Amino acid sequence: MTLGAPLFWLVVFFFAPLAIVWAYSFGENDGLVRISLTGTFQNYVRALEPLYLEIFAKSALIAGLTTLLCLVLGFPFAVAVTFAPRRLKVWLLLLVMLPFWTNLLIRTYALIAVLREEGVVNGGLEFLWSAGSALSQSLGFGPLDEFKPLSLLYNNTAVVIGLVYIHLPFMVLPLYAALDRLDRSLLEASLDLGAGHARTWLFIIVPLAAPGILSGSLLTFIPALGSYLTPDLLGGPDSQMIANIIERQFKRANNWPFGAALSFILMYATFIAIALQALASGRRSKETP
Amino acid sequence: MSAPVHRLPKERPGPLEYLRAWPMKAWIFLVALFLYLPLITLVVFSFNDSRRTVVWEGFSLRHYAKALNNDALLEALGNSLTIAAASTALSVILGALAGFALWRFRFPGKPLVDGALGLPIVVPEICLGVGMLVFFATVLPWPRGLVWPLNLGAIIIAHVSFSFPFVAVVVRARMASFNREMEEAARDLGAGEWRTIRDIVLPHMSPALAAGALLAFTLSLDDFVITFFTSGPDTVTFPVKVYSMVRFSVTPEVNAVSTLLMALTVLLTALALRAFGDPIARTTPVTGLPKASAQDDRS
Repeated sequence: MTLGAPLFWLVVFFFAPLAIVWAYSFGENDGLVRISLTGTFQNYVRALEPLYLEIFAKSALIAGLTTLLCLVLGFPFAVAVTFAPRRLKVWLLLLVMLPFWTNLLIRTYALIAVLREEGVVNGGLEFLWSAGSALSQSLGFGPLDEFKPLSLLYNNTAVVIGLVYIHLPFMVLPLYAALDRLDRSLLEASLDLGAGHARTWLFIIVPLAAPGILSGSLLTFIPALGSYLTPDLLGGPDSQMIANIIERQFKRANNWPFGAALSFILMYATFIAIALQALASGRRSKETP
Repeated sequence: MSAPVHRLPKERPGPLEYLRAWPMKAWIFLVALFLYLPLITLVVFSFNDSRRTVVWEGFSLRHYAKALNNDALLEALGNSLTIAAASTALSVILGALAGFALWRFRFPGKPLVDGALGLPIVVPEICLGVGMLVFFATVLPWPRGLVWPLNLGAIIIAHVSFSFPFVAVVVRARMASFNREMEEAARDLGAGEWRTIRDIVLPHMSPALAAGALLAFTLSLDDFVITFFTSGPDTVTFPVKVYSMVRFSVTPEVNAVSTLLMALTVLLTALALRAFGDPIARTTPVTGLPKASAQDDRS
């Protein structure tokens, strides 16, 4: 039976581990290593404490902001790819995909080197600053104050920059897939009939790309919400996201039941996001005949 | 004698040639800068003749020499490649079987199986990671001190679990374009079921198998979170090793190894593009018999 082997693997090595975590989320620590499954809801109650609610809200906010920035950054890019000549199209798509195939850890590490106080971004800004200072001096205004490097690393800004950096392809590719199917004569008609480029983009291109926007947003939001590495390496002490708290419960704090409950809350949040997206795209396809 | 020069009026860009409008060009440049500035910086400073990575102090290959003599780092890289190869092989087999079965058969509970196969793709990495940690700690404790590469078994199992559904999706999508009349023709002409699968179905599936293998390999090589929860002190993979190095301090050695790995990625991408051709040109449906079976007939 061809389906037997993959189904067996899925049940034993995917559902069984998750089922154990699920069971543990209703248990409590009994001594140092033993966990007894008492059917308690106390782990979930603890997850509703303000401290943890705040972290959940913050994670959702960071993931939402990441999604929005990816959309703003990626949408014009996807439009450009759509209307590019065919050969160039391949290169532009490759341009987005290539970093995506580079190891995640390498990319995060590369960002650290760029964002550090003595990194490339601050180096460039300092150069501009000193040029501006020389200019103002030669104009007789005297030198500017000393350059203060921006702190771009080990804070929430760095986490958002890192997440946008990593997830941009997840947004661009679905956008391109949606835009590529779009009927160009509609755009030509809109431009012919006197709508400017701004109005054509806002009222024709964006609504027609809505399915791509929806699926791209979902593909960006879900991994961003559960991201562990980026807040861990780029964030500061107050940039902890859900995944970091889960990791701490399983490794340092050694409170598996509570970590299990947090994992399942994250999982349910993911499913809710997927369901909302399915609902939204279902409604859209009903509206358009 | 000078011929009158006919100056063509400068061609105005068409309204939809967005690429020729300067704001669009600037935007693309911005995105490219954002995507590549970190990577370029990483590569440049891997050649820097300085122990710190901040200031440029001349060209040197000494970080490469140091990285290539770092046994722990090389061992981690070897582990990663071994795990990726093993998990790719298993994922392609399982994914092809699942994709084939879902395309071919009708059975009760098919939507359920379909949804279940999609779950590993959407479940957050951290959840699967802690799941694997708990699973290998309680249900199937992986014996310590096994000979290499058997000690990597737990990580390989974990990687297959999140890779093979991706292969199944790719295979299934590819099989949607399969012309079943070809299969019927083969059966009519006397080929048995196994022969039909080997000569007709598999050649049609093969691009999906290649794409799925590439995907599984990349996913495995790239994974940090799930491996982080499954690996022990003697089974360190490349991302886990780099993680501990980065946590400790930022060293140019990491730049050197990363550059080598990136060069490998670019090379593999170029080879894949060469082998499969322009992905956009290939979207036209293939007519006639697949190449592989035509060659079989000739021999």
